[in-house]
Amino acid sequence: MATATEPRRDAQPPERTPQRDFRGGRERPVGGFELWSWLFMRISGILLLILAVGHVLIMHVQDNGVGRVNFGFVATRWASPLWRTWDWMLLVLALIHGINGLRVITLDYVRKAGLRLTINMVFYVLGFTLFVLGSVIVFTFDPSKWPGYAS
Amino acid sequence: MATRASKKKSDYGPIYKGHEGQYSWLLHRITGVAIILFLFAHVIDTAVVGWGPNAYNRVIRVYENPIVRLLELGLVAAVLYHSFNGIKILLVDFFPSLAKHIRVMGIVTLVVFIAAMIPITWIMGGQIVDLVRN
Repeated sequence: MATATEPRRDAQPPERTPQRDFRGGRERPVGGFELWSWLFMRISGILLLILAVGHVLIMHVQDNGVGRVNFGFVATRWASPLWRTWDWMLLVLALIHGINGLRVITLDYVRKAGLRLTINMVFYVLGFTLFVLGSVIVFTFDPSKWPGYAS
Repeated sequence: MATRASKKKSDYGPIYKGHEGQYSWLLHRITGVAIILFLFAHVIDTAVVGWGPNAYNRVIRVYENPIVRLLELGLVAAVLYHSFNGIKILLVDFFPSLAKHIRVMGIVTLVVFIAAMIPITWIMGGQIVDLVRN
């Protein structure tokens, strides 16, 4: 006795729901300025790990922290080219890293392009001014102009 | 079914409705903004050294204030948290397979940060206590 059966249908594997590809890691820019910005943040971040953490521990924690800092302290410290270089690199990298960070944040919170540009221009101008001011002071500081204080 | 009016705050879940990473993301932003805003002021106060000892020693006297020193402790904490969390971000970005351990890495970051802050708070707290006593 022949019975009609439904034609055999192979079980289909369940539809794969797109999963987060962990090998892909986090989102990142694919090219252009944003990719360089992304890369800069990471490379400057590695350098700032040493420059900024070192600076904070030496200047703000060690001995009496900022309590021992005065003109004579700076004069002695900046007698060494190492510290002048350290402080200048910290100045440059921290300013760019920080202001680029602010730019990334304004991309999230300031939706009007004109307002965003205005806000960022304020930071760029401020950052450039502080870069010039800081660089001039770090490289031209000469305590012998004030005899008696340079120890 | 909860209507909009009767929904409790907890029905909406935590802010951003993500996992724990949202808090480290938010802390990274807050500490980053705090650091750059302080840096703007700090470049100027340090630059005053170029105007000689009288000017500089007067500016640096701002730090002889316990409240300013407490803020300074907060700054150190911000720099350290931003740094440790930054290491976590670097590791995940350059070794993407680590992303599946992100939760553990976040906890480790927090533990390392707290472990570092204990002696630092002890040292800087001692300096602040000395400042108040004198």
